[in-house]
Amino acid sequence: MSKIGQAISEIQTLENISREDRWVNRLHPLGKLVLTVFYITVTVSFPKYELAGLAGMLLYPLAVFTVADLSFGDALRRLRVVLPLVMIMGILNPFFDREILLTIGRVPISGGVISMLTLMVKAVLTVLAGYLLIATTPMDEICRAMRVIHIPKIFVIVVLLIYRYVTVFLSEARRITQAYELRAPKQRGVHYKVWGSLLGQMLLRSMDRANDIYESMQLRGFDGNFRLGKKAALRPADFLWPVLWALVILALRLFPVVELIGRIFV
Amino acid sequence: MHMADALVAPVVAGTMYAASAGAAGYSIYKVRQEDNQKKIPVMGVMGAFVFAAQMINFTIPGTGSSGHLCGGMMLSALLGPWGGFLTMIGVLLIQCLFFADGGLLALGCNVWNMAFYGCFVGSLLIWRPIMKKGASRLKIILASVLGCVLTLQMGAFSVTLETMLSGVTELPFKTFVAAMQPIHLAIGLVEGLITAAVLLFVNEARPELLWGVGEASKKEGKLSFGWTIGILGVLALLIGGGLSLAASSLPDGLEWAIARVTGLEELETAEAVIYAGAEKVQSTTSFLPDYAFKGSESAVGTTVSGIVGALIVVAVMVGSAFLFRYFRHKKKQS
Repeated sequence: MSKIGQAISEIQTLENISREDRWVNRLHPLGKLVLTVFYITVTVSFPKYELAGLAGMLLYPLAVFTVADLSFGDALRRLRVVLPLVMIMGILNPFFDREILLTIGRVPISGGVISMLTLMVKAVLTVLAGYLLIATTPMDEICRAMRVIHIPKIFVIVVLLIYRYVTVFLSEARRITQAYELRAPKQRGVHYKVWGSLLGQMLLRSMDRANDIYESMQLRGFDGNFRLGKKAALRPADFLWPVLWALVILALRLFPVVELIGRIFV
Repeated sequence: MHMADALVAPVVAGTMYAASAGAAGYSIYKVRQEDNQKKIPVMGVMGAFVFAAQMINFTIPGTGSSGHLCGGMMLSALLGPWGGFLTMIGVLLIQCLFFADGGLLALGCNVWNMAFYGCFVGSLLIWRPIMKKGASRLKIILASVLGCVLTLQMGAFSVTLETMLSGVTELPFKTFVAAMQPIHLAIGLVEGLITAAVLLFVNEARPELLWGVGEASKKEGKLSFGWTIGILGVLALLIGGGLSLAASSLPDGLEWAIARVTGLEELETAEAVIYAGAEKVQSTTSFLPDYAFKGSESAVGTTVSGIVGALIVVAVMVGSAFLFRYFRHKKKQS
């Protein structure tokens, strides 16, 4: 599948998963959004040598993935975007930080190796947490949460519109590139002579389309407000879920839980 | 150039969020002032357009590689800096949510590195002054290339600074800059040319779509001239500094690694100062201060019991998750 085709299918898959009828999906979006940001913040706040403490942070994604029956494979596939960059940043740590921090058996392990692993684990955990949010919360719900915390209307509407039209334009970009590739085989990308006209035509069509969209919005009574449908009543679970998890996450960060468990056995 | 969550410390992420939110707030104020309802759907559609257009590969003549469109410069040339900036934030938000390109925590950094420079610096300091007296082929090419190269250089430099301040990499500052800046110089050049090609096409087909062409009033002209000189001066210093740093260590780019590997110590004073400063800032303002038990930070979590604990915890968690799934599927089947 082409890169663009893959992007379209990824968006559609996430959209479908997030609209499934699971109880995690039904929770209030604001709680999930805040919890996700909190989890990511706490995870990256672990010092660079604290690999053991980070292991405990796996609890949240693992538990929710299991309870919500989400696919780990889908989430880990998203690492292909993040991991190369993180690898570049971390891969040289073992060469620069050579102080031996730990010896397992007769194998000495330097600070650089540990800080590199810590960075990788952080990347995995934060990507998992991001996936958890978007796989259980549809985009319009995330936008509703943004409105609840008073993020300005203009911005939220623009985000919703971009999201609404992303698949439309991705499909158009796919059609254009496919047509081009069929007429220009053995060429890796678009030739420089048509850089301007290829994208320019698409851009002008998009502008016209924006005009049509504006007119149809006007005809349907668009007055600058965006209506996100009826508000569901808040349930106790909407509060309890983020608060309880936040306490667990905080406990894992503030107390050496993992180390204490280890001490029982050592 | 998208930064991942794992690469930023909470304090750096928070600062960049605050800076980006400030710029966004001002943009919203300016877009509201324009009071043009039509602009909102145009922003949404153009955001989706840029998103899709960035996925198309353009062959770079004479090389085997390909480049992409530069979103910030392109959007602000069509929507103006304010609308362009808000649209870019939307694009970055959707990229981070749906493709894990960037991250929720690093969003503030990414908005600053890519959208802020591209839209504000690119359009207010480069595009508008150049287009003040009308557009021409040469001016569009000049503005696009200059805008993309400069804003990408600034973005790349910010990525370096943010990563260094977050303290996640042991790479020396100089090496990091020497790696980042030249790569982004090449990328900026190609992106600039692609953006120029598209804007040239728009200028020929529908010149009225381009923002800020030949519309400078007297007052604006005076203001923007002073600002232009001042800010361009600061930028030139910053970028010149970055580039000369890069150039000075470029010829023997591998030396550092070899020197380190062979154990030869080389103390980089500038880097040491920045590092120490960064760590000081982090230790005093970090979101959750490092808790210390059993002495220093380096001892924390790297003791044998820490490793054993980690292994046990992970094994127990993964095991129970597996069992949970197994029994539920069994229940479903029966």
